[in-house]
Formats: sequence, C-alpha cells, structure tokens
Amino acid sequence: MELKPAQAGTLESGDIFVRLTPAVKPGINITLDSSVALKFGSQIRNVIEQTLKELGITDATVIATDKGALDCTIRARVTAAAVRATGKDVWAD
Amino acid sequence: MDRLRRTMMFVPGNNPGMMADAHIYGPDSIMLDLEDSVTVTEKDTARLLVYNALKSINYGDTEMVVRINPLNTPYGKKDIEAMVKAGVHVIRMPKTETAEEVVEVEREIERVEKELGCVGRTRIMAAIESALGVCNAHAIATASPRMMGIALGAEDYCANLKAQRTPEGDELRLARETIVVAARAAGIDALDTVYSNLNDMETFRREVEFIHRLGFDGKSIINPRQIEVVNEVFTPSPKAIEKALTIIAAIKEAEKKGSGVIAVNGKMVDRPVVIRAERVIELAKASGVLTDADLQ
Repeated sequence: MELKPAQAGTLESGDIFVRLTPAVKPGINITLDSSVALKFGSQIRNVIEQTLKELGITDATVIATDKGALDCTIRARVTAAAVRATGKDVWAD
Repeated sequence: MDRLRRTMMFVPGNNPGMMADAHIYGPDSIMLDLEDSVTVTEKDTARLLVYNALKSINYGDTEMVVRINPLNTPYGKKDIEAMVKAGVHVIRMPKTETAEEVVEVEREIERVEKELGCVGRTRIMAAIESALGVCNAHAIATASPRMMGIALGAEDYCANLKAQRTPEGDELRLARETIVVAARAAGIDALDTVYSNLNDMETFRREVEFIHRLGFDGKSIINPRQIEVVNEVFTPSPKAIEKALTIIAAIKEAEKKGSGVIAVNGKMVDRPVVIRAERVIELAKASGVLTDADLQ
C-alpha cells in the first residue's frame, strides 16, 4: 500500500505522537521513544504493528514518541496516521 | 427516573489523558466532545480517539455521551457512524433548533444500528443554544422516542439573543424555565448549562441551587471539582428524606382507610405533595443515601 508521510497525536501526557513514512526496507520498522520503554516497549511496538497490519499496511517506517498512552490511544493514533498516509476510509471497512 | 444525571462532565475528545481518567471522579455522565473543543484539522483523530476509548476503557456505570458535530458539516455523519459502532449510550446534538434536525440524526443512527443489528440502542439528547431552539424546545424534546434529555447551552444562546452574560443569570431565566417545562411535558431530563469560572465556587453553588429549585435534573460541568457541589445540592438531606418517608407512610395509612387527603404535622398532604415526596425517595435511593432495606 502506497504511503505518503503523515502524523497524528501529541506530546501531551497520556498521548503518543506517531509519524508514518514509506518503508526504506521491507517490513514495519519502528523507532520508539518512551519513558516506559523498558517495561512496555514491546507491548507498544506490538500494538503499533498489529494496528498497521489490520489496516493492510505491511511495509512502513514508524517514529513514535510515547507519553504513557493506553493501548486504545496507540491504536487510535496509529490508525489516524495511517488514514492520513493512505486516504483509507476506516469507517467504511 | 431511568437514571441519575446530576452531573454531565465535558471532556475534550482530543485529550486521551483526560478521557482515560474522567470516570474516576464519579460523574453520573461523561460527555466526550467532538465539536467545539476539537479543531477542524483534528476532527478525524478525535473521532478515532473517542471510538477507541469507548471500545476499550471500562467506564463502569457511567453514562457515556458524545457530542457530535452538526449534520450540516462534513463530520456529523461520520461522527454518528463511529460512535454508534463504538456502542455509545447517547448522541448529543449541538445547537439544535428544530425537531427535523432530531429526526435526521435519528435516521442516521438507525441506518448504522440496522447494519449492526441493534436498532434502538442509541439514545439522543439535544443542546438548545439559540432563540429558535428555545421556541421549539417541546417539539425538539418530543421529536423521537430516543430523546432522553434536552440541555441549555448558554454561551451560544446569549450570543444569539444579543444578551450579556451575568453571574446572576437573569438573561437565562426564560430559556431555563422553558427547557424544564418542555422536558417535563415530554417526560425526559433537563440539563443546565456549564459554569466556567472555576475560581468562583460560591457563585457556582448558588447557580446549582437555583437550577435545582427550577426543576433541572442536573448540570453540565467542566471540571471534577464541580461534582461534589452538584451532588451535595441534588442529594436529598436526611431531614428531607425523613419528611418524605413520613408523608408516604401517612398517605399509605390514609389510603387503607379510604381517604386521599391527610394532614402531616398540621399541613395538608394531597397527591402533588406525595409525588414530590416520592421523587425525594427516588433521588435518595439513586444517590445511594437510602436503601431498600431502610424502607422496610
């Protein structure tokens, strides 16, 4: 799926800022900055990857700055960035 | 009374931190906002945030309300589709002026509910925020069996009316009374407007006491600090509960004897007095200060 650079989210507490760009190598490549990365890093990465795959995106570069977001917020921000990157209508699917 | 709606707390739909914590403070209803608190450039992200929050966060018994954008914007229909899919309890319509607008929202809700196989699940409330809305309050309140309440939005109403906002709220009196009367005639709830000065809790309390006397079911609030004051005002006092229990006991005794009118402490008690006493007991039970065991 073709992507154009897009972003969603903020750097406020409880949120996550997600920037999505076309993949420079195959797969979903995530760079994560989070104060809770040690404990929740793999969980956050899993939610990002799973959300993108559910939207049919298998190749992308993701830069995420987490400020303690819940899983539902991560899903929302990744979906919003993906919708902006692809023009996909998530409500119709 | 189908449920308590003393406090309806406004939470911006683009603030995930506030959305995650809002229910901890114990408001009766939470209104996640997709309209005025969300900029045009973030309507899409706020809709996704609120959708995912409703699907994932356990808000317990709190009634979940979402204020959508008007249907005459590019966002309104998408808001309805997403929120009905998320299982929201109530769609709140902003700036409602006619019954036809309610019917249009109902039609959209029903279209999505039919897809999901849950027709009738989502209720509607309408915010009345203009002179025309106040004039049509009863038509709006009765426009759909899904209607559960109408609310006053004072800032837009005053702007439309060319009135000045004052701490005393004289400029809102007609709108408030009209909304309570329309809601009562329709058998639905009446919710008052927000009070936005958090540094003046004394005036806030006076306003809550005033709208309680007018007959409102509750107040829209913008901060958890306001919850305690509203609950204090809307929860019947031990003295009021005792008086109500005495009246109900006396009327039951009188009915056994075939009489509809009695005197309690030297005052005549007839049907309207009993209705008010029953309302006090209902409120006390719903507020948790009186149990069925207390009534045995």
